[in-house]
Amino acid sequence: MLEIKGVSKVFALQDQTIHALADTSLVIGKGEFICLIGASGCGKSTLLRIMAGFEQPSSGEALMWGKPITDPDPSRGMVFQDYALFPWLSVRENIGFGPAARGLSTAEVKATVDKFVDLVGLGNFATAYPHQLSGGMKQRVAIARVLANDAELVLMDEPFGALDAMTRERLQDELLEVWQRTKLTVVFVTHSIEEAIFLAGRVVVMTPGPGRIESDNAVELARPRDVASPEFNAIRRVLGAKLHSHHGKKIAA
Amino acid sequence: MTPWRRLKPAALALIVPLLLLAFWQAATSRHWTLLIPTPYEVGRYMVDFAVGGIYDDAYSATLLTHLLASMGRVYGGFALAAAIALPLGLLIGRLPAARMLLDPFLQLMRPIPVTAWLPLSMILFGLGARSAFALVCLGAFYPILLNTVFGVRSVDPKLFEAASMLGCRGNAQFYKVVLPAAVPSIFTGLRLGLGLAWFVIVVGEMTGVPQGLGAVIMDARTLSRTDLVICGMIVIGVAGFLSDRIVVMFGNRLLRWSPSHHG
Repeated sequence: MLEIKGVSKVFALQDQTIHALADTSLVIGKGEFICLIGASGCGKSTLLRIMAGFEQPSSGEALMWGKPITDPDPSRGMVFQDYALFPWLSVRENIGFGPAARGLSTAEVKATVDKFVDLVGLGNFATAYPHQLSGGMKQRVAIARVLANDAELVLMDEPFGALDAMTRERLQDELLEVWQRTKLTVVFVTHSIEEAIFLAGRVVVMTPGPGRIESDNAVELARPRDVASPEFNAIRRVLGAKLHSHHGKKIAA
Repeated sequence: MTPWRRLKPAALALIVPLLLLAFWQAATSRHWTLLIPTPYEVGRYMVDFAVGGIYDDAYSATLLTHLLASMGRVYGGFALAAAIALPLGLLIGRLPAARMLLDPFLQLMRPIPVTAWLPLSMILFGLGARSAFALVCLGAFYPILLNTVFGVRSVDPKLFEAASMLGCRGNAQFYKVVLPAAVPSIFTGLRLGLGLAWFVIVVGEMTGVPQGLGAVIMDARTLSRTDLVICGMIVIGVAGFLSDRIVVMFGNRLLRWSPSHHG
């Protein structure tokens, strides 16, 4: 459904040019759960923002169902690390923002909102404002507002990075449950190897300078996955080595 | 415990004014100054100013007339300032061309105090109420304008991205994102503007208007009626304070969503 073909991205920053992404290709099928993982500066967020349509590739193509991605679109929903909820709207209104913006009738918006408020378990907080919510609840609202807008591809930029460990684990479980139930496609950026292996069907390891894909690894562990199992740790070791491989090369050079 | 918790803010707020009153009393009763009347004399005159029956001079029982005249100018001038500054601020905040065209000029005019405009205003708008109105409007204009521009320009860029990926693009973003996000700043601007409108009312009423609290103070000064001057000051202070409390109450309802607006 999504195809990244030889995409590179160069940012001009004053007199400097920064090669954020070099000759990157990736194919994502419907219903996949993919994690992009790598150190900061490896271009994983840039790649995600190109998929969202917030950035245009400097060269190469980003295609969705064969058509170039030129603008942000409700079919590709983004979940930001810092939530980016509308602070002046209640939980309900935040979730209803997209459906209302797309011109759905009031009754349809209400029905959609009801459904997704329940889905993320925020019934008791439906009329609260974002500043009254915990980080985990805010991120649930952010996920619900993307799902309520019929996104078929959900792009998540380190969505659980700012949450405490307990909340993070709970949201990971909830996200997997929603993904399995709704047959969504998810691209999830993280810098935690464990999170990537726990969630993803494929872990794409990226390395910096310039950002590129180091390897594309299928994770075939049965779900639900046990982070303490020997199989899990074996994969963790392999991916860890790949993630840090560029350190060795630099020293050798 | 509970009644005290409710009374505590009021009790604390009264300490400084009461100390000042005590100092005033001491200063006048010990004759450190002979030109300022005692608090008692001013209080007595305030009653006469409000309802009459004590001195029965030209100013007895005229408080309401003057207060209403000043309020008309304060709110009228403020409303006119808001009607010009809000759209202008939205324009300057949103359109780089408008900013380049207007911002340098407005910044150049800004340091000129309202007092300095008094003579020109009297030439342009004549002696009287229109001039007072124009000066109050000028006083309220800049805080509304500057805060509106600030509010529009400091919208979190992430919110534009969030809106566009949810299907809200182009001009719709102005109503759905820019305006609501700028409301706290706009509100701060309106509050400061209304405060300044009260602040400049005395200057505004130096333009030869017969009625108004500023006019009373200026007349009382030429008549050496210091008690009346102080009465006028107190009425302006109290009226400005109450008007601000109403605005804040309104703001607290409007900005329930904003964690930084509970004053």
